[in-house]
Amino acid sequence: MTAVAAQRLIMAAVTLLGVAIIVFVLLRVVPGDPIAMMISPGATPADIAALRAHYGLDTSLPAQFFVWLKDILHGDFGTSISLHRNVLGIMAERLPATLELAFASLVFAALLGGAVAVFGTLVSDWTAAPLIDTVNGLFLAVPDFIWAFALVLLFGVFLPVLPLSGRIDPGLDERFVTPFYLLESLATLRFAAAADVLRHMVMPMLALGLPLASIITRVLKESLREAMVQDYVLLARLKGLSRLRLVLQEALRNAVAPTLALTGVQFTFLIGGTVIVERIFAYPGIGNMAVDAVINRDLPLIQGLTLVFGALFVVVNMIVDLLVVATNPRLRNG
Amino acid sequence: MDDARGGWPMSEVAPHWISESLRACIRDPKVAAGGGFILFLLILALGAPDFAPKDPLEQDLILGVTPPPGFAGAEPGYLLGTDDLGRDVLSRLIWGSRVALTVAFVAATLAAALGATLGLLAGWYRGWVDATISRLVEIWMAFPPVLLSILLVAVVGPGVGSVIGAIAIIDWTRFCRVIRAETMGQAKTDYVTAARAIGFSPMRILVREILPNVMPVLIALISLEMGIAVIVEAILSFVGLSVSSDVPTWGGMIAQGRQILHQGWWVLAAPLVALFLTVLAFNLLGEGLRRSLDPVMRR
Repeated sequence: MTAVAAQRLIMAAVTLLGVAIIVFVLLRVVPGDPIAMMISPGATPADIAALRAHYGLDTSLPAQFFVWLKDILHGDFGTSISLHRNVLGIMAERLPATLELAFASLVFAALLGGAVAVFGTLVSDWTAAPLIDTVNGLFLAVPDFIWAFALVLLFGVFLPVLPLSGRIDPGLDERFVTPFYLLESLATLRFAAAADVLRHMVMPMLALGLPLASIITRVLKESLREAMVQDYVLLARLKGLSRLRLVLQEALRNAVAPTLALTGVQFTFLIGGTVIVERIFAYPGIGNMAVDAVINRDLPLIQGLTLVFGALFVVVNMIVDLLVVATNPRLRNG
Repeated sequence: MDDARGGWPMSEVAPHWISESLRACIRDPKVAAGGGFILFLLILALGAPDFAPKDPLEQDLILGVTPPPGFAGAEPGYLLGTDDLGRDVLSRLIWGSRVALTVAFVAATLAAALGATLGLLAGWYRGWVDATISRLVEIWMAFPPVLLSILLVAVVGPGVGSVIGAIAIIDWTRFCRVIRAETMGQAKTDYVTAARAIGFSPMRILVREILPNVMPVLIALISLEMGIAVIVEAILSFVGLSVSSDVPTWGGMIAQGRQILHQGWWVLAAPLVALFLTVLAFNLLGEGLRRSLDPVMRR
């Protein structure tokens, strides 16, 4: 197991290095000088040269790359060109918003997808049962982008009960010590604040979670269907267990492993989806900030954010791998 | 023995296989529904100047934000209402299908060509070729696709060409992973062993033996990718990075509709429904094709 983990760690490092190189090369061919944006009209060529040197843009490409890489390994991601602040500091402020949203979406998707799969298995002999698969098949085709705007129309126009943008009502005047608004307000028992944060989270969470829920439903329902005809389930049925207990106690335990692996992979896609969903709901996470960074040609910020997304991808994949090994006794000593 | 294919001359097998597949396709309800809608959209896009009731760019500020018929304040002749500049939403929707379908067809084909080529090579040669390509796929997948597409288009500059290029450069991995696995499976089959024994070159085996056998999967994937490409184009239009703003696009209409949400919801709803139906149609088509093109699944 340690050998597997070590190998995974090396591969993760290679992936992150690849991400770093690609972003770096890509950004160096950007037409348009980032320095040109920040100079005041009266700047002299000497001022421009000084700025260029300040941001390390006056040396050769490989030299710039290695300096950048060395700085990052020391925790220095540089200074944002558009926000004039330390990149690591801004990212640390914004990342928790994205993490809270992504995990809320994951929990929602797992609960909804799991519930529909179990319900579908329980009622599989009803005449209307195939309807579940048909509706789920329809949901499978709808991506987060379409869900987001469908929700905007539903809860913004026709049934205006949810806030359309932001993370918390600024009129609430809540103070937070950490950037984890939801966790902090829950931990300090400020339920009004928690409710407001949740209200802001509902629509982006649904947009991100609904596509994942339908995937979980499909895979879990298929695994459950296979598990329900196994001998141990038959034995439990002969013992007189109710259908609900058969599904929950016997079949679900064995059907969860394939769903877990797939959910992990899909969760990395969900994290990628936060970029556009946060944009649509003006949610102040790293996805929304990444779009702004690209539009503002803020090189240090784009580099930092892309690496953070890459790191999230790598970390989630590693956790999933370890979980799959941990839940499958046959792989444990592999 | 020139066109050896499981011992049968290609000329005797092929027409039968193709006609049977075609018949199975047309009979498949998913292909009929999905393909039918795409065909309808294609005709609409090609004949946009004839089908669109109005000029999609013609502004009429007196008729700004007119609702569709059936709502208070509707004007005759505007079936889906107008936007804040008084432009006919239906006409913009019809013209917008041109960009959507162009991006869908070209980007999906390019992504498939790139991904399938690399997938065939990785699955056939294995070893360091496979290791390199698989590592590349892994690195690619660590980028959020939307962020990478925005980044690429920002680097190259907005336009349909950039959008198409960005989608192909990002989504080749979808094809590569599947075709790689399929190729590995096909490489173990008897007909490939036979082709090897005869002394066919790897290139010939890949192109003339394996490629036709992974074609059903590839075609299904292309159809799904077209749906994805339509969405990516809409996302880039929404962010303001697709074509220039005087060309109507569904994503551009969505961005505009979002801004005037509370004055005229139909400006957002119309392109959203069009987008939904198109993605659904490409999905149905892909699923149906996969089922009906595969001789094993068909029986």
